[in-house]
Amino acid sequence: MDVLYFAWVRERIGLPREKVETQAATVAALVEELRAREERYAAAFDDLSALRVAVDQELTDFDAPLAGVREVAFFPPMTGG
Amino acid sequence: MRVVVQEPPFDFGAEAARFAAGRHDMGAVVTFTGIVRDQKGGGLDAMEIEHYPGMTEKALEKIAKEAVERWSLGDALVIHRYGRMEPGEQIMMVATAAPHRKDAFEAAEFLMDYLKSRAPFWKKEFSAKSKTWVAARDEDEDALRRW
Repeated sequence: MDVLYFAWVRERIGLPREKVETQAATVAALVEELRAREERYAAAFDDLSALRVAVDQELTDFDAPLAGVREVAFFPPMTGG
Repeated sequence: MRVVVQEPPFDFGAEAARFAAGRHDMGAVVTFTGIVRDQKGGGLDAMEIEHYPGMTEKALEKIAKEAVERWSLGDALVIHRYGRMEPGEQIMMVATAAPHRKDAFEAAEFLMDYLKSRAPFWKKEFSAKSKTWVAARDEDEDALRRW
């Protein structure tokens, strides 16, 4: 699936998007896999309360299932307007 | 209903005039414009707004549709820019048309409250001293509860 990063999450990880091969059942399980990769991922996902997640472009939470999902995005709370 | 996400500036006067024109059944049109605000005492060189192409349009359309249904609006308009802007530049505007002003005002506030914390935009401020992502404010999240 495609995993996208925005704002300081993108800066911390150092790329805007990547393809990830995963069997993770939920967003939380995907986060655990990413955290275990490298320090920059661990740093970006250090505090989940500071992060928001969208699955297939809909806001959701970290318990959301990933079966059949094409796109997951991680980002800080939004500041539009 | 119209939702526009674009990088270049928009013409607020022309957009407002076009939105208000030719409405015989709508007694009220409310517009709001958000502007890049300099820091106290100056010092802000620019603001950069990042967004999530695809999700941004969907989120704004969902919010606008909800406003139209909930306040029985005749029409709603949302224009939001992304990219680099300097202090004084217009970032975004909303417009609502309703038979009576209370609905037009309320729907415009609802649109603003929702797109502040539910539309995928992120602001970064640039000054000589620093580059800082603007933090979301608790008040903005609280503002959603009244709806």
